[in-house]
Amino acid sequence: MEPYLFYVMAATSVVAALYLIFEKNPVFCALYLVFSFINIAVLYVLLEAQFIAAVQVIVYTGAIMVLFLFVIMLLMVDVKKKQKDDLPFQRIPAMVMGFVLLVVMGLAIKSKLFQGREGEYTSAKVESIGHTQLIGKLLFTDYLLPFEMTSILLFVAVIGAIILAKRKV
Amino acid sequence: MITLTHYLVLSAILFSIGVVGVLIRRNAIVIFMCIELMLNAVNLSFVAFAHYLHSMEGQMFVFFSMTVAAAEATVGLAIIIAIFRNKETVNVDDMNIMKW
Repeated sequence: MEPYLFYVMAATSVVAALYLIFEKNPVFCALYLVFSFINIAVLYVLLEAQFIAAVQVIVYTGAIMVLFLFVIMLLMVDVKKKQKDDLPFQRIPAMVMGFVLLVVMGLAIKSKLFQGREGEYTSAKVESIGHTQLIGKLLFTDYLLPFEMTSILLFVAVIGAIILAKRKV
Repeated sequence: MITLTHYLVLSAILFSIGVVGVLIRRNAIVIFMCIELMLNAVNLSFVAFAHYLHSMEGQMFVFFSMTVAAAEATVGLAIIIAIFRNKETVNVDDMNIMKW
């Protein structure tokens, strides 16, 4: 069951990502990206990261992509109008270089560089404590300083967005 | 049996698609979406490493990178709206006032 689910979700997320980069209408682009994100959320569940999967659906597809759709509809970008393209010859080299990047990353994966030391949180231990509880505990003990810095980052982002949107820049 | 390599290959494919999208698209909002796709590909490899190496660090980093992505989307879309107000376009080829 699990391998089939992985292959189905991986294939649909890759196909949705391909549609994203070749689709002309930005609204459909956003919807394909939502589809891809939800497939990735299912993969997080397969990897026993239920909390991350829930946050993926709530934050990415619920907040960020709705913000994108909102901006697209606010700007009303005319899809019928032919978009100017100053560098039409860039498409083929870009795809070739993307493929080369993929091959290089594949070689890096194939080499045994990613061996890493095994940690203490096995599936059974995470199961016994509870996944969300474990994340909450780590967030407020080992990762307290990054957590507080995250709050400052969000505060700065809110102020920046308001200032940029408020008056003529 | 699905191994770590499967997830890393999927993550590499999604990341490459995001890179190609950034290079071939001219709409600033779609370029932004491709950047979000690349962020998600990296998040996927973080979670895969966390699962297969029995560690929670990967999932904590995903948590923080999602926060950064949210902040980045907010400010970036505000910048795109500001540019649209001044130049009536979101095509990146028209935004060349810093070029000389």
